[in-house]
Amino acid sequence: MSAGGEPPLLRVEDLRVEFPTEDGVVHAVDGITYQVLPGRTLGIVGESGSGKTVSSLTTLGLTRRQGARVWGRILFEGQDLVTLPEDRLRAIRGNDIAMIFQDPLSSLHPLYRVGAQLIEAVRAHRDVSKSRARERAIELLGLVGIPDPARRVDEYPHEFSGGMRQRAMIAMALANEPKLLIADEPTTALDVTVQAQILALMERLQRELGMAIVIITHDLGVVAEMADDIAVMYAGRIVETAPAARLFAAPEHPYTWGLLKSIPRLDGERAEDLVPIPGTPPSLIARPPGCHFHPRCPYAQPDHARIDPALEPVPDEPSQHVACLLQADVRRRLWRQLQAGDTPEQALSAAGLPGAPV
Amino acid sequence: MIRYIIRRLLWGVLLLIVVAALMFLFFRILPTGNPALLRAGRDPQPKLVKEIEVVLGLNKSLPVQFWDYMKEVFLHFKFGYSYYSQEEVRSLIAERLPATLSLTLGAAVLWIVGGLGVGVISALRRHTLADRFAMGGALLAISAPEFWLGLVLLFLFASDIGKLKILPGAGSYVGLTSDPWKWFTSLIMPWIVLASGAAAVFARLMRSSLSEAMKEDHIRTARAKGLPERSVVRQGVRSAINPIVTLFGLEAGALLGGAILVEYVFDIPGIGELNYKAIQQSDFPVTQGTVLLASMFIILANILVDVAYAYLDPRVRYS
Amino acid sequence: MSADASHHPPSPDPQGQPLVRARGLTKHFPITRGIVVRRAIGAVKAVDGIDLEIHRGETLGIVGETGCGKSTTARLLMRLLDASAGEISFEGRDITRLTGAPLKAMRREMQMIFQDPHSSLNPRKTIGSIIGEPFAIHGLLPDKAERRREVQRLMETVGLNPEHYNRYPHEFSGGQRQRIGVARAIALNPKLLIADEPVSALDVSIQAQVLNLLRDLQRRLGLTLVFIAHDLSVVRHMCDRVAVMYLGKIVEIGENEPLYEFPRHPYTGALLAAVPVADPSLHGSERRLLGGDVPSPANPPSGCRFHTRCPKAEPLCAAQEPQLERKGSDTLAACHFPLEREEVAQMGVRSAR
Repeated sequence: MSAGGEPPLLRVEDLRVEFPTEDGVVHAVDGITYQVLPGRTLGIVGESGSGKTVSSLTTLGLTRRQGARVWGRILFEGQDLVTLPEDRLRAIRGNDIAMIFQDPLSSLHPLYRVGAQLIEAVRAHRDVSKSRARERAIELLGLVGIPDPARRVDEYPHEFSGGMRQRAMIAMALANEPKLLIADEPTTALDVTVQAQILALMERLQRELGMAIVIITHDLGVVAEMADDIAVMYAGRIVETAPAARLFAAPEHPYTWGLLKSIPRLDGERAEDLVPIPGTPPSLIARPPGCHFHPRCPYAQPDHARIDPALEPVPDEPSQHVACLLQADVRRRLWRQLQAGDTPEQALSAAGLPGAPV
Repeated sequence: MIRYIIRRLLWGVLLLIVVAALMFLFFRILPTGNPALLRAGRDPQPKLVKEIEVVLGLNKSLPVQFWDYMKEVFLHFKFGYSYYSQEEVRSLIAERLPATLSLTLGAAVLWIVGGLGVGVISALRRHTLADRFAMGGALLAISAPEFWLGLVLLFLFASDIGKLKILPGAGSYVGLTSDPWKWFTSLIMPWIVLASGAAAVFARLMRSSLSEAMKEDHIRTARAKGLPERSVVRQGVRSAINPIVTLFGLEAGALLGGAILVEYVFDIPGIGELNYKAIQQSDFPVTQGTVLLASMFIILANILVDVAYAYLDPRVRYS
Repeated sequence: MSADASHHPPSPDPQGQPLVRARGLTKHFPITRGIVVRRAIGAVKAVDGIDLEIHRGETLGIVGETGCGKSTTARLLMRLLDASAGEISFEGRDITRLTGAPLKAMRREMQMIFQDPHSSLNPRKTIGSIIGEPFAIHGLLPDKAERRREVQRLMETVGLNPEHYNRYPHEFSGGQRQRIGVARAIALNPKLLIADEPVSALDVSIQAQVLNLLRDLQRRLGLTLVFIAHDLSVVRHMCDRVAVMYLGKIVEIGENEPLYEFPRHPYTGALLAAVPVADPSLHGSERRLLGGDVPSPANPPSGCRFHTRCPKAEPLCAAQEPQLERKGSDTLAACHFPLEREEVAQMGVRSAR
């Protein structure tokens, strides 16, 4: 990640997560390494099946009940969360590390009042009276910008609007002032104006509480807004990491190029065609050998089907890492061509690479 | 909500009227034999039969009989007189209601505790030996006919005919007020029999309902908050309980109309037994009375269940 | 704007009639009360009097947030719902109250694609049967072999492998299922295709494929496309004209470039300002965020419905409902105090020019 002397708050090392299922073993996470610095925001970008959610659930041990097999280490404050006993991990959940999820309507219990759920979050980790916890709940609702919190605290989730529910979830996550907040697609289910409010809220709270955030999303716009550093995941692996500005200005991985070129932009020219990434994301049970992206990569070469790319620093840019078998200078040439408006095929020939993909 | 209840009650009354009318029609149409004939003894004289018919009011035209009957039932709450014993049906039912209530309510407690308890454990320990054992047992309990189960229990434990003479046998029921201990022990086996099928159904339902509930997103949130597992399960049970409340209400409502088989096997003087005898004797008024009573219980149970549902699930609000 | 001719659909004929015209289109869902007799005491005003024209060959986008009425509008146009008031005409014919055989015949001309590729296909039918169903319903191509050939041709057109004719929906990915939905929709060569959030449920890398497919089909088949979405970036890319809805009303409507570059209605401006753009250098730049929540459609605010949240609201706005009018610019906006250029820039609208 970024150079700097601060020790990371969270460090994930070579994490692998598998789920045995009837159809075979699902390799959800296939050896990923990343870290989160205190007070900073890491964005994890990926589509469905990229492993982004599973890696975060595993951080909090929430995949243990599903029969997950986990290898690697997740280091937090000197402890390895992978091997930590359940009761110790429980003391961390909702306390030092908190998580919010995508759909606030289903993530809050529909049959309990919002206040009761908040109080529960507080009393799980702090020895306070019910009335004190209730005061704290009202305080938290006010902190996240819910009007009239003293009345709202006794309402049920379905009586809140979508945006307010997500605010309530954030309030619940912040109840014990966590050092790290993991937000899994926090705004995907929300309207765009509400999304903007929630993201602004998260940024404000981060500044006020000095908390680190991991935001998981498929939306490159959201991650451009929120993240200091970005990790791009594909088929269970991290294919690229970089500081946010660098990732959008000089991405190194063909998948990242594909994503950037295939999304319509508000400030873009309308006439530009979208350049989709051909094919579909791979099955996590039977993954392509070698580089997992090679079947969809316009620039893949024959030996990319045999060799696993490792995540390595980009020459001259120690803060950026990429897992790609193409030469760095070839990649730079390709990206320049793509930026100039070439299609992948045109860029391929302009960069002097042998033809059709594997 | 009040509006909703009032509306349901009005519809309920309408429904009872329809039931009464249908009952009346069925009994007049079915070839169960002329009750006057049954009452008249061996080789009756036609003249005697005619006289009995007058007494019983069977000589009037059908619409008149119907109108008389409806008036009696709905305006005066009189259900007529038993053809057999000449007693007021109303008092016959009132006499026997406590026994049925004791039976049903006691069984209900047993089947809730037992059924839900087993169901929760099964759900949490899915696919383990305990789960398979419990579900297998449930299957047996559901499949076992009540009378068979009753007879087997009597055969094993009844103080008069059983192998291990630990519990009072059939026919030993007494009212709660006369001898509480005897009342209690005489009902133990009937409770078990009545509860077993229902408990098994509940256990299976709770198992699947809770398994589903534990996969919900809000359970994941509860764990992510760092709650102890028993709190998490409690939240799951709270979600899972709703369909069970519905089922419970309907079962209980139906049973309050009399659990015929159990009452018969254990010789408990309840409404079910009354009904059984009345059917055998073509005692129309009694049968009509018990059916109307059972209908009333079921309708009330339905309304209560809907109201309880709205109370349990704040998202459901009737207007 | 670079003039790549292939991206412009055949120009709508200005002399000719619009393909679809809706006037005063309204849909109220009644809220009832009462013990014995149920009376309507109010209504959810999902769509509350909109005027719309859809020109032949164009792509019209309808955008808005939850509760704005865009999906209801789509269903009204398709006659999947009956309008409470107002008229709809298709090719000049009034179809508002059409029923029976004429309605069924009209269905051949307009088709719909839905949002959720998982639930919009019958899981018990093979995709050959699903795509072939329109023929069956309208009694066309009775010869099985001919129908199969036509279905397979359609599958190829949308980029599916015709050999998968006998497979079931669950064997396909989300993007492929959307393609199946598209194939079914174009089977009878409709004139109008309404796509209700066709790519919202798809992965980003697949969205582009389906969007390109829709554009391509539109060009080849001369389709008129109504594109309903909440993603303004997608609509910017796909649509010639855009209508913005709020609480059952159209608040602004106009050509793509003018609307995105210089929105007049404050709600349009707020929507555009809220869209996160994939450019970190813009992060931290000033943006005016819209506060509060959408009011209930059962009880919309008086006058201009947006006045409760509008930064430019004045007493007039609560008193008098503004009409959709040209305010000296290229879009029609329903606003008493439309945005000026500086205000648009201040709000942080990224597409502003």
